Amino acid sequence: MIRFEDVVVRYRGAAEPAVQGVSLAALAGRVTAVVGPNGSGKSTLVRALLGRLPLASGRLLLEGVPIGGLDRRAIARRVAVVTQREEPVFPLAVREYIGLGRHPHGGPFAVRDDADRAAIARAVALADVGAFLDRTTDALSGGEWQRVRIGRALAQGGAALVLDEPTTFLDIAHEMALFELLDALAREGQAVLLVSHQLNLVARFADHIVLLHRGRVAAAGSPAEVMRGDVLERVYEWPLVVSRDPAVGAPVLVPLRGRGTR
Amino acid sequence: MRVHVWILLVAAVVAAALVGIGGGPVALSLGEVWGALLGEGDPTHVAIVHGLRLPRVVLGLVVGAGLAASGTALQATLRNPLAEPYLLGVSGGAAAGAVLALTLGLVGPALVPLAAFAGATAAVVVVLLVARAVSGHADPRVLLMAGVVVGAFCTAAIMVALATASENQVRTALWWMMGSLGDAQWASLRWIALYVSAGLILLATWARDVDVLALGEEAAASLGLEVERVTRRVYLAASLLAAATVAGAGLIGFVGLIVPAIARALGASNTRQTLIAAALAGGALVVVADLAARTVMRPAELPLGAVTALIGVPFFLWRLRSLR
Repeated sequence: MIRFEDVVVRYRGAAEPAVQGVSLAALAGRVTAVVGPNGSGKSTLVRALLGRLPLASGRLLLEGVPIGGLDRRAIARRVAVVTQREEPVFPLAVREYIGLGRHPHGGPFAVRDDADRAAIARAVALADVGAFLDRTTDALSGGEWQRVRIGRALAQGGAALVLDEPTTFLDIAHEMALFELLDALAREGQAVLLVSHQLNLVARFADHIVLLHRGRVAAAGSPAEVMRGDVLERVYEWPLVVSRDPAVGAPVLVPLRGRGTR
Repeated sequence: MRVHVWILLVAAVVAAALVGIGGGPVALSLGEVWGALLGEGDPTHVAIVHGLRLPRVVLGLVVGAGLAASGTALQATLRNPLAEPYLLGVSGGAAAGAVLALTLGLVGPALVPLAAFAGATAAVVVVLLVARAVSGHADPRVLLMAGVVVGAFCTAAIMVALATASENQVRTALWWMMGSLGDAQWASLRWIALYVSAGLILLATWARDVDVLALGEEAAASLGLEVERVTRRVYLAASLLAAATVAGAGLIGFVGLIVPAIARALGASNTRQTLIAAALAGGALVVVADLAARTVMRPAELPLGAVTALIGVPFFLWRLRSLR
């Protein structure tokens, strides 16, 4: 679905590229997670996908077609993205905000058709935001706003969903609900590409994990292959142990106290 | 926005227009205004209404609508509630163009507005070019800063031009810079109305894109918007819309800044609603402000730009309280 091939991205004026030859694929029917320390290039990949950063080299393909040659609206109809941050300057009614997810599907004076209404109703249900449709975006808590943004991306439809740190501000229940939702969407055939710091949840839910370190892929594979103590300790530069959670059977990472007090 | 608010807004425009036509040195009653509009009654009244007051009120409606719509589009596009056409170089460029024409002795009635329009257009283009040269694209922050800098440069140029001008030229230039509907004439009004209507239709067409743009660059890109192209296009259309109003009535400050806020306070939520509501409210505000300018200190006429600022500043301070 979405494929990064040897992608190099350099910010203007930066000495080193932020992403130095990353290859990864977000396939249909799979939750693909990108993890890594702060500044390892995760969000840079998302920005490149949005066309906000040019590729210094490499290729970024959507269903085999280089993304640079595609119309952005056509891309938006197939790939929905929840970016890391977003704050409307002028508050909007939540209902109206979620409706903006249908923007790539209609012209300047388009009236909502049945497909639009169905997509919006489904998104509202999946993101669990039905309770505050009539509120404005400035009257939401951090977690509610996050869910509303996910709702907008779901309303957008499309075969791929990309989320950059979507669990920020979410409580445990909504965090779990979101991971379950992403899992369910993948089972329905969606390609889900997730950037996250929640290593333990990623280990439980992702089908494929890509671990980034200083703009390069440090490890990639199944959770069992990537969630290894020696690999993670080197990448995160922090002492930690990885065990297996007896209750859920997934690898669990436990960071230890700092070097001095170990 | 609720239906009754729309009805109230339209009623306010009609009321402002009727009061604007009726008020003045020769005060006309509502019935006399109505009769004169239909060409009946006292011929003097008919002449006053059709020759002086009606073009003046129509110019006020057009100029107010243009400024308010321009401010609405710019605030959403540049994601800044302080953005307005005058902050973005339009007023500086227009004033520089007009003052240049005046000090060069080109004082034909049609020439000063044309020079103001040319100056505003030049400033807008320079701001876009500066923004592109600095940031590689139409970055909202850079556009704002480029607008402020180009405006400052124009002000400096005006001061140099005025320092060498005759007393009479300085007076004319100052009066023009303070804004007035006094030069309203059907011949030029037709063009300005046509131009402003075209600008309003364009901005209303792009309103959904502006909604998306207002979410921020990355979110807009994720919804399929060509961020730079839309930013540039809306900035250009909104600024040229303001430039046309400057050609018609000189500099009338604060309308582009406060009327969009009024529209939002009335419950307009998306850009298209805000544009239309602001256009109506802006027209009504300018007509009422002009009536005040003509009548408050009769026989002296106050500068319209000063009256809108006197109304605008307290409102703006009141709005500031609600900004977080």
